[in-house]
Amino acid sequence: MKSVELIKELPQRDRVFEFLVPPEPPQLDLTHNIILYLEGLNKSFDGFKAINDLNLYIEAGELRCIIGPNGAGKSTMMDIITGKTQPDSGHAWFGQRLNLLEMDEPEIAEAGIGRKFQKPTVFENLTVMQNLELAMAQDKRLMPMLFATLSGEQRDLIAEVLGIIRLEALAKDMAGKLSHGQKQWLEIGMLLMQKPALLLVDEPVAGMTHQEMERTAELLTSLAGKHSVIVVEHDMEFVRSIARKVTVLHQGSVLAEGSMTEVQEDPRVVEVYLGE
Amino acid sequence: MRMLETLVQDKPGQWLLGLLLATSIIVPICNLLVPPDNIFHISTYSVTLIGKYLAFALLALSADLVWGYLGILSLGHGAFFALGGYAMGMYLMRQIGDRGVYGNPELPDFMVFLNWSELPWFWHGFDQFWFAVLMIILVPGVLAYVFGYLAFRSRVTGVYLSIMTQALTYALMLAFFRNEMGFGGNNGLTDFKDILGFDLREDSTRIALFLATALALAIGYIISRYIVSSRLGLACVAVRDAESRCRFVGYRVEYIKLGIFVFSAVLAGIAGALYVPQVGIINPGEFSPLNSIELIIWVAIGGRGTLYGAVVGALLVNYSKTYFTAEFPEVWLYALGAMFVLVTLFLPKGIVGLRSMRAAKA
Repeated sequence: MKSVELIKELPQRDRVFEFLVPPEPPQLDLTHNIILYLEGLNKSFDGFKAINDLNLYIEAGELRCIIGPNGAGKSTMMDIITGKTQPDSGHAWFGQRLNLLEMDEPEIAEAGIGRKFQKPTVFENLTVMQNLELAMAQDKRLMPMLFATLSGEQRDLIAEVLGIIRLEALAKDMAGKLSHGQKQWLEIGMLLMQKPALLLVDEPVAGMTHQEMERTAELLTSLAGKHSVIVVEHDMEFVRSIARKVTVLHQGSVLAEGSMTEVQEDPRVVEVYLGE
Repeated sequence: MRMLETLVQDKPGQWLLGLLLATSIIVPICNLLVPPDNIFHISTYSVTLIGKYLAFALLALSADLVWGYLGILSLGHGAFFALGGYAMGMYLMRQIGDRGVYGNPELPDFMVFLNWSELPWFWHGFDQFWFAVLMIILVPGVLAYVFGYLAFRSRVTGVYLSIMTQALTYALMLAFFRNEMGFGGNNGLTDFKDILGFDLREDSTRIALFLATALALAIGYIISRYIVSSRLGLACVAVRDAESRCRFVGYRVEYIKLGIFVFSAVLAGIAGALYVPQVGIINPGEFSPLNSIELIIWVAIGGRGTLYGAVVGALLVNYSKTYFTAEFPEVWLYALGAMFVLVTLFLPKGIVGLRSMRAAKA
């Protein structure tokens, strides 16, 4: 039937045929003020249910902390959101229109989800500035990259991010020489260069000194509002210092959700964390 | 403009290009103008030898581009070199015309010997120089594209990829050894007479080939330097050091690898094409995996991931090879092994790494 319609359309010279319109990737649509929908997600590895009917909604501009004991499915959830793992069933939507399960890693990064890994992985043999330059949202095809130069606007953006992560003085140093904390900040800076709508931050303060931790808390809270931020963290003190809303994961699904105090008083959470 | 800028910042590269320029001025003068009994005379044999080294240097440069900057340890880069060489060899074969042993104006000698009555289809067009040049670029390029597309898309990396490249060159070697393939089998292609109408035995032709090789090396170096200092080059280093991180930043790692791999294969092919008319023969031995491994040793000895290091390594190792195989033939392989071991142990950044080590001490 389709082909018949196509032939009928052909003589009409006053209109643009649908097959001639270049496909346009849908934009991030936040009309309902929800940036991430995870609904009925399931994922098992060799019979082990890592994610079990997980439902989670993140609002635009929200800073959400996710806690949970080891094996609660936090990392698997991140993997599904960033396209590294495909779930067995369920839905994952970014805004109203982008189906994350149909996109691969670079497409998802392009659409505006940035992920910071547990272990800081910066490009050690490049300078701090070059790290940021590479991470920038830009035309990432071969030829444009070969002839790319930094525009004034891009320089400003790099300078701005350097300011946010407070590494201006080290801009020309090799990233491999940075301290652990500085690498974590550089990585957050690299995420910011992509101007992401949603930031996934995996254990940002692991191995940090107290001072560095404070600085990181400041950094993350300052990012909320402009970006939506999901923080996965073990350190309860740190979570308390930044959290507005906390989600507790247990055995692959949401156990409790609410403010830090509410969650801490929830008997089920206490049971999971402290044992019977 | 950007190209000039990157060169201005590349001090060792300026030295390299300067030396190359000096060599290309001095060598022709010492060969053509200085009389043979003068102490400054350079024999045509030496000119050809240097030309050969320069072709190897270009090959090493191409290998360093993928190994030093992308972390792809290709143990089959000799295959692209040999393919470029064969394309040039086929052109040179067709140039022989009826001056061969059998005097057949159409068929090269080995085909007459095999009782073939007509030229195989893939030999057509090679009587034209432009066609041969096209094939020198296309054949290695397309092979690298197909191979790379399949390998990089399925995310084959590390030692597995190295083994596959090794298998590729080995398979090609076995195929080219067969007489039925139509590339001269065991004996390969040889007995070349002239190129573009110039006699290959003339000194002036030798000098021209030498100059062409020096020019190709210079241009190859400049383009490669431009690539590695562009943003694409930064991305290459990023792919080398943290491939999956690169994916999350939004780069199509497989396309970056593919692009550089294909360019590198084309460079290797050009090196092969310049090598063949100077040494006067191309045979399936060039596909031998050993050659490709030796090539990696040149790069390692010179200094990986610097470009000029690869050139230095290729020149140095090949000069030692000429020296040792002439003076102490039985020692050569031990000497090569010893060089490799010593450099790996004491100079992890290769010979050119001495420079930065000295700077770090000071």
